[in-house]
Formats: sequence, structure tokens, C-alpha cells
Amino acid sequence: METRWRTVDIIVASVIAVAFAAVFYAWNNLWNAMESVALPWRAFIYGVWLIPGVLGPLVIRKPGAGLYTEFVAALVSALFGSTWGLGVLLSGLVQGVGGEFGFAFTGYRSFKLGNALVAGTLAGGGAALLDLNIYYGAFSNTDKALYAAIVMVSGAVIAGAGSWALQHSLATTGVLDRFPSGRERAAV
Amino acid sequence: MTAWLRRRDATAKLLAAALLTAAVLSTVDPFVTAVAIGVELALLPLTGLSAAQLWRRGWPLLLSATVVLVFTVLLGARTGPVVGTVAGFEVHEPALGYALRLIAIGLPGFVMFATIDPTDLADSLIAHVKVPPRFAIGALAAFRLVPLLTDEYRLIRLARRARGIDAGWNPVAHLRLAASATFGLLVGAIRRGIRLATAMEARGFDRGQPRTSARETRFGWSDGSVVLAGATLAAALILLKFVHT
Amino acid sequence: MSTVEFKGFGWRHAGRKAWAVRHFDLRIEHGERVLLAGASGAGKSTLLAALAGLLAEDSGEQEGEVLVDGAPARQRRAGTGIVFQDPQTQLVMSRCGDDVAFGLENRGVARDEIWPRVDAALAAVGFPYDRDRDTAQLSGGEQQRLAIAGVLVSQPRLLLLDEPTANLDPAGAQLVRAALAKALHEVDATMILVEHRLEDALTLVDRVVTLGEEQEPLVVPHRPGPGAGPVLLTAERLALRHTGNVVDEVVRAGEALVVEGPNGAGKSTLALLLGGLTKPAKPGRVHAPGERRPPHRWRASKLAGRIGSVFQNPEHQFVTSTVRDELLLGGRDPKVVDDLLSRLRLDRLALANPYTLSGGEQRRLSVATALAAAPDLLILDEPTFGQDPRTWRELVDLLADLRDEGRGLVIVTHDRDLVRALGDRRLRLDHVGDRRLRLDRA
Repeated sequence: METRWRTVDIIVASVIAVAFAAVFYAWNNLWNAMESVALPWRAFIYGVWLIPGVLGPLVIRKPGAGLYTEFVAALVSALFGSTWGLGVLLSGLVQGVGGEFGFAFTGYRSFKLGNALVAGTLAGGGAALLDLNIYYGAFSNTDKALYAAIVMVSGAVIAGAGSWALQHSLATTGVLDRFPSGRERAAV
Repeated sequence: MTAWLRRRDATAKLLAAALLTAAVLSTVDPFVTAVAIGVELALLPLTGLSAAQLWRRGWPLLLSATVVLVFTVLLGARTGPVVGTVAGFEVHEPALGYALRLIAIGLPGFVMFATIDPTDLADSLIAHVKVPPRFAIGALAAFRLVPLLTDEYRLIRLARRARGIDAGWNPVAHLRLAASATFGLLVGAIRRGIRLATAMEARGFDRGQPRTSARETRFGWSDGSVVLAGATLAAALILLKFVHT
Repeated sequence: MSTVEFKGFGWRHAGRKAWAVRHFDLRIEHGERVLLAGASGAGKSTLLAALAGLLAEDSGEQEGEVLVDGAPARQRRAGTGIVFQDPQTQLVMSRCGDDVAFGLENRGVARDEIWPRVDAALAAVGFPYDRDRDTAQLSGGEQQRLAIAGVLVSQPRLLLLDEPTANLDPAGAQLVRAALAKALHEVDATMILVEHRLEDALTLVDRVVTLGEEQEPLVVPHRPGPGAGPVLLTAERLALRHTGNVVDEVVRAGEALVVEGPNGAGKSTLALLLGGLTKPAKPGRVHAPGERRPPHRWRASKLAGRIGSVFQNPEHQFVTSTVRDELLLGGRDPKVVDDLLSRLRLDRLALANPYTLSGGEQRRLSVATALAAAPDLLILDEPTFGQDPRTWRELVDLLADLRDEGRGLVIVTHDRDLVRALGDRRLRLDHVGDRRLRLDRA
């Protein structure tokens, strides 16, 4: 398996990151607007922030895709003026590493649903750990556990299963033909 | 004077902000955090941003912090000394600390980024931090597509209305519409990305030979002083933390 | 100056059953200026990509050879420059000077040599702005001019242009042709140009090579309509933001109203306003007879059934995953859908994913989806954008038929031939507003 990133790999990973950074902008506002929903429960929507770290590897299928895509998404969203400033970069790193593990543990040879679910859950776990330490340290222990659980479930469902479904739908449109992930569909 | 910070090297600014952020992260003491916020606010005039611009970007930060405060006051852990009472609820020190911390971290972040030009950032990271040029320039090129993508998203939403699809008052329908539009956006964005990558390759990008830079990125004393200022403030905050407890 | 040779060349993209090009032979000598013509899908873009060395070995299957100066094209990439048709996805940097310098940076040229060469390239194409200008603020034609400078700066021996004016309005296209003509005086390169509009390109070349069948030149007779019927929509005092154009118009059944003008005059904005998709600025209003509320306040399903909008980029309107589902969307009658599919020759594509269709097929699909809701009025934004002569003619015939059946048409376009063919009435928007503030970016 070729591990060197082609130009098209770099650009498309960057484009996915940038597109999601724009989505984050809206999603950040949604998070803030959900003041009526108490904090741990709000975390059900957390998975959206974790998508780049899982979708990146599913599309590009090279080592480092999870980390790169998630981190660039975080960087760009900070450039847009994200609420959480530089903290977002740290989150991006940790989430990206989590996503990366989901594919690293099978040696970057398997990009199936199982990998995506693991990646999403791990990214969520990392994110929750970070958040609980930095922002929500004053929660009660039950709330902390609840938060972590919800974030990981959201990671598995939205970022894991969601990214997997997203990659498949993208492949059927033919737009991923330059990538191994797109060549799985039948010749047109 | 107001644009001074804008002209400083991007890595220097990033480093200063990171040091400050790290110092804030090391404490949950509301007093120290409040001092940090005070210092950050004092530096705002240097950025050249108007009060209106700051408010426009900053209000979500304030909102977040308030929400965190409210939630932790109402339902958070009842540990730590009581700092005051609001509406009959006791405000514990850690709760206030976390809320203020959100602001203290958010501020340097968005101020730094508001004064950083993306091209300068890429150049600076390549020159001073040795980030591989392929990735930095690649990300920069993709970043340039952002205004196009936002226009396109708007058009895609309008196109759906023209097709007879709208969401009305139903939040689930809204989400489905947003998801469908985002999918369309992704397809368009990836297509553009592929065309861009082809054009970049055609112009010799990533051909394996070392790249030069047309723009100079100097790191002079004034840039160094930004890092120094960040380091000093960070150290001062940490010192304050020890003195205060 | 390079020699170019194709020997039995064929290419099949990965994932496709059909060959893009096959058994192609051609020889071009040093310094020749060649126009490559032919129908869409004949493989012209593939040939240029092959010459530029851009067809990666792992992205498809090759037959025969493509040689530049006697060596495989992939090895001669450094001496070849190519300009593509979409200005936005060729520009890399946000400042004009930086973008032109990009090619030199990639080739490891020393900094003190870069800027003089950048200035020379900008002068060669007659670029009027200074280096710090924001690339996003340029018009399409100016961006293409910049792209040409960005390619010329590396002093290529082989210059390739793949439909450089296809995405531009007439003013922009003229700008690009002038820039090319000027640059070609000073540049010592073999040139291959792919263009649909033959008449415009002939002044730039010495030789024409046609792929596939000869395309008859476009003969554009005016097709008169049945005469105007009842009023479908009225627009009063519609101010098109940032341009200074104000529109008062009436749209009738059985009539095609053509809105013309340069890019930036607000044509797309007007299309959105008439289509009930954006809200007019006071005191302007749009209203349909017999309706109390203006179109922008109608529910979407009602809007689709009365006023159909066909966007410039058909992909913006795709919602489902097969062609047939696209037409069935919104609960349409399957029988009507099947009729539409055969009328628009989309029946054999009924199960294909909309995004996999060719440009012409996508265009027909987006018209079909608008028609499926059976609206009385159709608003089309640049429907002939990027079409070759054959698909162009098909589309014009289709639109004329729709109008003759009694529908009203509003067509926003800068295609003069379309205006001549279908324009029963014309609305001209002249003023171009401040580029930084306007909405449409075509």
C-alpha cells in the first residue's frame, strides 16, 4: 500500500477539513443555542465535530489522514473565530489521534464499518477526556461519566457509522474515483 | 500602533497565545483567571480590531461561559469554598473558575487568529516550524475555496426550495435538509479539490524537488518580543497562582 | 518550442467501461498553433491531460504513446504548461503576484529571480492590477488572464489551453483572447487550444484538427413563439442590490423573456427574485395574479408547482441517488415521470446516480425535475453554459417547445446566440456593481 500522500490526497483531505470547519461554525452556534438542554445531554450532537477524523481516513486511506483532517478542521474553525479559541487545536489533535487509532490498529489495511466505529468511539473518548479536564472539571462525578459516555456514543454513531455511510454515498456519486475508496463501486 | 500586532510573525503570535493558554490551563483559581482575562483585554487595542468586530466574534464565547457557569452552579459538584451567591444559589469557586477559564482561553485564540493572515501563517510555519510545504500550501489552497463553498451552500439551500423542499417549523426536517445540502456541498467541494490538485500539479507542485518561497519570512526582535511577552505573562500567571493559594 | 506526437494513443479512466480516446494519431511540429475541435466527450480534454503528463499511471489504462520532443509526455512535464477552463480552481494563492510566483516556487527558482519574472509574465498578458490585488476580487476573465500569466512565467515550450473561455461571459472571453494574442507574440511555444466556439479561436491558430465528426457551425434562426398569453408574474421596482439596476417587468405565458447583460449586472439575483427564492428589497415587489402573498412567501411545494427554477449548476439541485427518484421527488405521478424521461432522453439513465451524468445530461435532468412539478413558468439561469453545439441545439429546441406549449420562460444568459434564437422579449441589465459586494460569481 502506497503511504506517500499524492497532491490530490492532500488537497481533498484539506477540502473536507475546510468544509467541515464551515459546518462547525453552524454547529458551534447550535451547541450554544441549546442552552435549554442541560449539558451532558447536549453532547449527543458532539459527533459532528469528530467526523473529519474518521471521514478523512475512509476517503484518503493513508496513514495520518485522521490526524491531518481533524487538525486542519480545528485550525480552520479557529481561524473563523471559534468560541473555544486555541483549545480547539488541542481538541483537534486529540480527536484526530483517536480517529487515527481506529485504522492504525488494523495496520491501515481495513477501512470497514468496524474501523469507523472504533475510530469514532476513540475520538469521542479523547475529546471527552480533554473537555472534562479543561472545561467541565467542576461537574459531579456522575455527570462526568455521563458526559463521557454520551460523547463516545455520539462519536460511534455520528462520526463512526455516519462517516462510513457518508463515504459510501460519496463513492456512488463518482466523485471519489481518484481514490481507492471510490473504486469499489462497479465500473460505469 | 494599532496594526503592530498584525505585522508580527504568525508563529510568534501562535506561540505567545499558546503559552498564555497553557498557563491558564494550569489553574482553576478564579482570581488568577480573572487577571488573565484582564491582561488579555488590555492587549485588545493592539490588534486593530474594532469593538464591533470583537463583539460580533466574541458573543458566543460569553454565552458559552455563562451557560457553563449556570449549569455547574445549579448541578455541579458542591466542592470548594463558596465565592458568592446568585439568585439563592451558592457559587463555588471551581464553578466560577471553569467559567472564567473558558473566556480566558477563548480570548487569546480568537484575537490571535483575527490578526493572522493565512498565507503568512503557512509561510511562517514552513520556514520556522519546518512544517512540510506540501501540506501547508495544500491546506492554504483549500482554505482559499471557503468563500466559494459558503456561496455554494446558500445556492444549494435555495435550489432545494425551488425543488419544493423546505423545513418549516420541524427541527428534524431542518436537520435533514441541512444534511442533504451539506452532502451536495461536499460533492462539489471534493470535485473542486480534485481540479485544484490537478492544476497545482500541472504547475509543478509536489514534483519532489525542494521548494523556494517568493515571500520573505523574517523573525526579528519585534517578533521575538511577542513570544517573550507571552512567556512572561504566562510565568506571571503561574506565579500568581502559587502566591494566591 | 516542442514537437508533439500521438501514436495509436488510447486512454481509459479507471472505473469506466468506455475508452475516453482510442487509436489516436497526430503530429504537431515546433511552433505550430493548433485548434483542437470536436464534440463534447470526444476526448479532447483527455488528450491535453495526457500531453501535460497529468494522467497518472494508476488512474487508468493507456494504449500507444504520447510523446513530447520524442520522450513520453510524463517526462517532459517541466516544459509544458496547461490552462484549464474553471478560473476559480486554478488559482492557488490569495494575492495575484503570489499566485503567479507559485509555479516558480515549485520549481525551486531563487527568490531574487522570481519577482522580475512574475512582473514580466503579468505584463505579457496585459494584466492591469498590481501584485497585491486579491484574487477573489477579479472577474472571471481577469482570473483566467492571471492563470495564463501563472503558466507563462515558467516559460513552457508547449502551451495547452483546455476551453479557457468556456466559463466566461463575452467580455471575459474577449479579455482572454486578447491576452493570448498578446502573449503569443512574445512567447516561443507550440500551442494547442481546445475551444467550442470556432470562429472566435481561429485568429489565434494556424491549423485546425477535428476529433470525431465535423460539427456544423451553429446556425441560429429565431424561433418565434405563439404570442404572449396571460400574465404569470409581475416585477415592480426590483432593485438589484449593488448594481443600480432597477427592474419593472411582466412575464407572460407562451413567451420567452431573455435577461441579458454582463456578469455582475445582477442577472442571477433577478432569477432568484423572480423564482421566489429571495426576498426583494423594499419597495420592490414580485407578485403573481390571483395570489395575495408574493412568491418568496409561498411554501416550497406550492412554489415548485407554479414557478420552476433551473440553476446554473445542475448539481446544486440534486437530492436523491437515482435519476428516476429525482423526478419522482415530491410525489409526482410515475406515468408523468416516465413520459418526461423519454422526452428528455434520460430513460436509459433512469437508475444512474445524477452526479455521474455528463454535463449535457445533467442539464436535461435539471430541466426535467423542474418540469415534473408542471409549473407554468420556468426560470433558467445560464442554461447553455458550457454546452457544445449539439447539446446546445437540443436544449434550445426543448425550450422552444416548452414555450410553444404555453409556458412562460425567463432565461438569464450572456449567450448571444441563445438570445437570438429564443428571445421574444429582451431585458438588458447594464450596470455592473461593486465586485466585492455582489452575489453572483459566474
